[in-house]
Amino acid sequence: MALGVTLSWLILIILIPLSGLAWRSSALGWGTFWTLATDQRTVNALRISFGTAFAAALINVVFGVILAWVLVRYRFPGKRIIDAMVDLPFALPTAVAGIALTTLYAPNGWIGSLLAPLGIKIAFTPIGIVFALVFVGLPFVVRTVQPIMEEIDKEVEEAAATLGANRFQTISRVLLPGLAPAVLTGFALAFARGVGEYGSVIFIAGNLPYISEIAPLLIVIRLEEFNYPAATAIAAVMLIISFAMLLIINMIQAWSRRRYGYGS
Amino acid sequence: MAHDVTTTGTGNTELVRVATSESRFARYGLIGTALCFVALFLVLPLAAVFTEAMRNGPGEFLTVLSDPETFAAIELTLLVAVIAVPLNLVFGIAAAWAIAKFEFKGKAFLTTLIDLPFSVSPVISGLVFVLLFGSHSLLGPWLQSHGIQILFAVPGIVLATVFVTFPFVARELIPLMQEQGTSDEEAALSLGASGWQTFWYVTLPNIKWGLLYGVLLCNARAMGEFGAVSVVSGHIRGLTNTMPLQVEILYNEYNFVAAFAVATLLALLALVTLVLKSLLEMKYSEQIAASRRH
Repeated sequence: MALGVTLSWLILIILIPLSGLAWRSSALGWGTFWTLATDQRTVNALRISFGTAFAAALINVVFGVILAWVLVRYRFPGKRIIDAMVDLPFALPTAVAGIALTTLYAPNGWIGSLLAPLGIKIAFTPIGIVFALVFVGLPFVVRTVQPIMEEIDKEVEEAAATLGANRFQTISRVLLPGLAPAVLTGFALAFARGVGEYGSVIFIAGNLPYISEIAPLLIVIRLEEFNYPAATAIAAVMLIISFAMLLIINMIQAWSRRRYGYGS
Repeated sequence: MAHDVTTTGTGNTELVRVATSESRFARYGLIGTALCFVALFLVLPLAAVFTEAMRNGPGEFLTVLSDPETFAAIELTLLVAVIAVPLNLVFGIAAAWAIAKFEFKGKAFLTTLIDLPFSVSPVISGLVFVLLFGSHSLLGPWLQSHGIQILFAVPGIVLATVFVTFPFVARELIPLMQEQGTSDEEAALSLGASGWQTFWYVTLPNIKWGLLYGVLLCNARAMGEFGAVSVVSGHIRGLTNTMPLQVEILYNEYNFVAAFAVATLLALLALVTLVLKSLLEMKYSEQIAASRRH
């Protein structure tokens, strides 16, 4: 019975709506689909979405690993609060995050006004999009890397040290390679989330067509113009690229887990 | 995590400290970097919400919040959560039960499907319902002739929210129930309990904290969802605006104090969620299998 409930609920809520999207985009016909998907504004929007999500995920890998390391290895005042704060982006509605980040990084904002005299502009540029996506993606990296880091056997480090490795060598040659699968997973999750993110980005992006307009926003714009074929085509392209990338990352992950890998 | 480890015997503490932990310089550098990053990206945005809302003093903050449109938005948000969360609670238990306690073909595929809404853009999650129920769709004309309004009305908002929050409870419970295995249930059944009794007196008490954890996250997302809801809601003031949508409208009208005032309520919700979540993790970490995996 449980399986029956699960399946019917799944089919009703997930499968029928999603197959509607697939059916709609295939009904467009290949020629129309291609014209819509290769429209310059669409291509730019997709490039911006995937590019900024990639950059943000990279930044999150660097700082997320440092943050996870600090939380697992060191003791300092307020650590528990910081640990809990990492999940803030999961809990804070994206629209709230969006207006808060814009307030901070706008040219007249708290941080933006410090950077403006230096000629650095964050809000209303693609850099602003990256900042919003860094916020949104951070917990994905920290929360995938942290538990694996906690599992690391101290003996591995001791062995490396006994064999004459200095601390930097131990970390870069022994510890980090073992964390690679977890880091990749975190990267993939942050990246996937960033590509589709809407709420936190639209306030800070400035939304200039061809320059700082993300793909999800273009879908919304096309919907408001009642241009359903165009909206469907952009959505289909986004889904196809995302799934392809996740597939590739899964394959790299399986490979690196065989090669290095702690735990699972 | 003791760093100044002392060795037994030799007394050459310096050598051991260098070997299995970083130098003091590196340690402070890393902590400093992490704290700056957290301050810039997490603490300051949160502080900005509260400061901006209080910019013109608490009086205006309260006036703004007592606006009837804001009130309607709060009501709608609560209504949507009250419908969507229990639906996904029941589904989550059923799905986790089916996946963890039974063997069948295509289990991995089913698990992937449950996770699907997490990898779909919220805007696309809204779009699929527009394509399904819109006036130009297959169902559209039929719905219209029967006077059923789904899009730009509460049912559409609930559907989109259910879609987006679909995986939360299930993915929290699946690893937990898998870990617990089926021996407790087998014992209950062999002692003559009915299937329902087994579930109510054996399974449910075993998973209650994990369940609460999943519901907590599910609720936070249900109340805060923006992208999917914004596509299906139609933004009718006082009628189909949830709190996050109300924040957007006020902000775009340059009514910043009001926008941030509504935002503080959502930020408070987020903070309460985080506190409860941390408490659950601290007290019942054993009963929340997936506590650190999202």
